[in-house]
Amino acid sequence: MQFGIFTVGDVTTDPTTGRTPSEHERIKAMVAIAQKAEEVGLDVFATGEHHNPPFVPSSPTTMLGYIAARTDRLILSTSTTLITTNDPVKIAEDFAMLQHLAGGRVDLMMGRGNTGPVYPWFGKDIRQGIPLAVENYALLHKLWREDVVDWAGRFRTPLQSFTSTPRPLDGVPPFVWHGSIRSPEIAEQAAYYGDGFFANNIFWPKEHFKRLIGLYRDRFAHYGHGTPEQAIVGLGGQVFMRRNSQDAVREFRPYFDNAPVYGHGPSLEEFTDQTPLTVGSPQEVIEKTLTFRESFGDYQRQLFLMDHAGLPLKTVLEQLDLLGEEVVPVLREEFAKGRPAQVPDGPTHEALVTRRDREEAEAQAAATASSDEAEEVRA
Amino acid sequence: MTTFDANTGGRATGRKRIAVVTAGLSKPSSTRLLADRLAAATGRLAEADTQVIELRELAAEIAQNMVTGFPGPRLREAIDAVTSADGLIAVTPVFTGSYSGLFKSFFDVIDKDALAGTPVLIGATGGTARHSLVLEHAMRPLFAYLRAVVVPTAVYAASEDWASGGETALAARVERAAAELAALVAARPGRQGSEAAPEAVVPFEEQLAALAAEG
Repeated sequence: MQFGIFTVGDVTTDPTTGRTPSEHERIKAMVAIAQKAEEVGLDVFATGEHHNPPFVPSSPTTMLGYIAARTDRLILSTSTTLITTNDPVKIAEDFAMLQHLAGGRVDLMMGRGNTGPVYPWFGKDIRQGIPLAVENYALLHKLWREDVVDWAGRFRTPLQSFTSTPRPLDGVPPFVWHGSIRSPEIAEQAAYYGDGFFANNIFWPKEHFKRLIGLYRDRFAHYGHGTPEQAIVGLGGQVFMRRNSQDAVREFRPYFDNAPVYGHGPSLEEFTDQTPLTVGSPQEVIEKTLTFRESFGDYQRQLFLMDHAGLPLKTVLEQLDLLGEEVVPVLREEFAKGRPAQVPDGPTHEALVTRRDREEAEAQAAATASSDEAEEVRA
Repeated sequence: MTTFDANTGGRATGRKRIAVVTAGLSKPSSTRLLADRLAAATGRLAEADTQVIELRELAAEIAQNMVTGFPGPRLREAIDAVTSADGLIAVTPVFTGSYSGLFKSFFDVIDKDALAGTPVLIGATGGTARHSLVLEHAMRPLFAYLRAVVVPTAVYAASEDWASGGETALAARVERAAAELAALVAARPGRQGSEAAPEAVVPFEEQLAALAAEG
């Protein structure tokens, strides 16, 4: 089980001080937050991708490459990489390069992006969102697995004898998650390829995600990648902690009330009741997060949203101390209890290389066995 | 939030179920009064159970759904009741020349395909009969957009209709409209609850094949 954080990269005014960080400050803060994530023992840092203010992370592999050079263990990921408006050829190249530089500590999450005006800036149309996600990913998948690609599709100029460079590290492409909030088509896509499915469940009630994850697990088994319990599931979470629960509520309320996504709507109490948001003591965060397994089954990756709504960097770093020192160690221990042996761990490059080598050895052994049989028949 | 009329255990006994959405704000409300009369007549003629949903009690959750994108627990229950019903009676007061904002907002947060094919009886209330065409110029197009099947008779009740003199005419319209809705509900196969429905999905090979065919 992997634990980490994901960031949207929003530049938001701190509602308690009226201060707005500059883009430069925010970018540097994101790097500091990623480094802190490693320092406190988290496994994953994921950044969003946006091409419009008030968001800064337009160039995720640049940022992740910089963070890779300043960390040793942290897995660098995205939340999400836009498979609709980015050229799949450029995604293949950028992330393979990052994978080499980071020594394999890279995976990525595909997303469509839900901001209509962004699509035409990149020559695309949001009404084609799902077909773009389907076709572009099919090409990306191919580019990472075949050295020479001939290809033609609807949305991109054809490729003749094209080789995407560098080739993936050790010949093993980065692990891919498919992120979704509401589309069963994306759960189906993740299942088809045997990729991971990340349900960003932080804003919606769990009943909806139970159905979406249930669909993914069933289809994962349907396509022969394993049992439903072996499907690779990631979940979002959103927390604000202080040792004393009342202090957490008092401090976080103005950020909640003015938050760009859900502010000026339901009360903090209603929202924490209906969604995974937890505002309280580390113990309360532990208890709420443990309920995710009851709802969705044993899973592989838990990412928390920690640095949004204008929270100052100092506060976010304090939150990460609590998360890394008091919450995650307990979660690791508790999630390990009663976890069936056949449920896979969170995906790593090393595990993928091992699996590839094992599958190749098995295929070779099978080929040898069948040629031995043929020899016997002839003899 | 909801009240159950008629016999208990509606679906267990195979009876049809009609959802009644009323957007009246005052208590007692003439909109609720009209809704109740339409519900009683339809329930009797269709031998169906009726379930009344008072939007006033859901006003805050409807506004919150606009902001968050998902319904709170009571609103979700109401939406499930409406979208899984065999028929719908929808009644609004006339505000500023149209249905009320609360009435429209409720249907704004329902999935646009969820009422396709559902038989609907529309009703409205107002101070005078001058607003009665709101039913034809606002209500009927709203449900046409949702691809619901609106019965020919829409029922408008002005203050004067509640006076004893107008009582007979209103009663006759209620009865005619209810009979039209009951006939459509009776002709329709029974429906499954929406909660039990699994996520529908197009198999991935078909999604890929569709791209190749169009390309």
